[in-house]
Amino acid sequence: MTNISRRHFSVGLGVSAALGSLTLGGKAPFAATGKAQVVVIGGGFGGATAAKYLKRFNSKLSVVLVEPSSQYSTCPFSNTVIGGLNKIDYITHNYDALKKMGVTVVHDLVTHIDGAKKSVKLAKGGDISFERCIVSPGIDFRWDKIDGLDASTANTIPHAWKAGPQTTLLRNQIAAMRDGGTFLISPPPNPFRCPPGPGERISLVANYFKKHKPKSKIVVLDPKAKFSKQGLFKEGWAKLYPGMIEYHNIDDDGIVRRADVKAKTLFTDFGKFKGDVINFIPAQKAGKIAETSGLTNKSGWCPVNQLTFESTLMPGVHVIGDASVASPMPKSGFSASSQAKVCAAAVSNLLNGQGPGTPKFVNTCYSLVAEDYGISVAMVYGFANSKIIKIKGSGGLSPSGATAEFRSKEANFARGWYESISRDIWG
Amino acid sequence: MINQNKVLLAGMAIVGMAYAYQPANAQMASAEVLVNTCYSCHGTDGKSVGDMPTVAGKTKSFIANKLKAFKSGKISSTVMMRITKGFSDSELDAIAGIMARK
Repeated sequence: MTNISRRHFSVGLGVSAALGSLTLGGKAPFAATGKAQVVVIGGGFGGATAAKYLKRFNSKLSVVLVEPSSQYSTCPFSNTVIGGLNKIDYITHNYDALKKMGVTVVHDLVTHIDGAKKSVKLAKGGDISFERCIVSPGIDFRWDKIDGLDASTANTIPHAWKAGPQTTLLRNQIAAMRDGGTFLISPPPNPFRCPPGPGERISLVANYFKKHKPKSKIVVLDPKAKFSKQGLFKEGWAKLYPGMIEYHNIDDDGIVRRADVKAKTLFTDFGKFKGDVINFIPAQKAGKIAETSGLTNKSGWCPVNQLTFESTLMPGVHVIGDASVASPMPKSGFSASSQAKVCAAAVSNLLNGQGPGTPKFVNTCYSLVAEDYGISVAMVYGFANSKIIKIKGSGGLSPSGATAEFRSKEANFARGWYESISRDIWG
Repeated sequence: MINQNKVLLAGMAIVGMAYAYQPANAQMASAEVLVNTCYSCHGTDGKSVGDMPTVAGKTKSFIANKLKAFKSGKISSTVMMRITKGFSDSELDAIAGIMARK
């Protein structure tokens, strides 16, 4: 679904115009040129939620969602695919429901956002002008931070930190690994997408090894001092996978300096580690379109007004999700979706000449340590003194030392959460 | 701006569930925006598709009492105690009011 011609695209917009949700710019030189009140870039947790909720808030708004792929595989629950518990179909969604709601979905890549002209340029030609734009570009990788690896070596040493073919590749490598082999995984430095994700990945690969390849082991090279839900993960690993996981953090030579792809080896300051399967998750920054359009600052992420998520660098353009600086909220799918709802309400109000008000956000991150062993971290966020703040007394981790029944309940809620949120966004 | 906010507040008082915001210095967030955060686990409009409890269709007092009991710890929960503590009682009442109409 990546070969819509200009003509088809033009027809698509024309149909929308006839429905009153979009008007064609008659004088423009490109057949594909169109106009929408809101252009949303990216069809992940942030973008798809924003497009859907804009229509829920005001069905008359003309909303164009630009997303290159016709299907979207989610990072949340991709570890269950890597661990062999689910097939890739379980985490793959499409945009049919959004189209039914009246969102014009354009499968193309935005190559430039022009804040002054208020328009976006499309890879296949043409552009779409907007009154407001919501950008949810996700992450990109900092390959420059590691010697010996780049985007092309990801075909051999997958990151699997953007779900889809990378998820399947890592799953296939683990499934093909001999019993007694080593799975070598290197989580990224902060800040990065899905803080508890590496711990869950280690857990679900261990769960697969325990059942199918019990002589195998997992070596972790983590450049950080500690990781999300560390106490809960380590409690679960000691209980379920004793002796299987060897964890090196920054205090134990955990920083990877160099990789030799051919020799399947990662080099740290003092050691070298060979893996039968290697999963290297690089350092991260905001998605490419944010960087090339001038939405990022020196940190590589996008500074925003945390009330409306409007960029502080480009008025009229909002950035949500992993790419935005929304700390203390973590970079998670749940956060992105929560931000998208607040941002969509703000954009809908601003287009109506109304002011934005006090938002609240929620984040709950479930992780599976095994299929019947779930843990979570939650937080409610408010807004004060121009910043997102944690609401005191709210949130926190699942208790340590909880009963098997409690862990099993949270594992069921993890699946319940995934099914509800993916239906809320793409269903 | 102040006048506009007054108009918005008056509008909300009448309509109740309008998605218009309150002014930025108000204590409580707009109820319709608050309730949207529930849908990420409990399903769009409180209609869950998986193992999370469905909230839609319950009465306002049932939902409000339940939320407050989670908050006080009177009834045990896995995550709801941690979530409800992030909301004032009047916010929980407002959420319950909207959810009951879904």
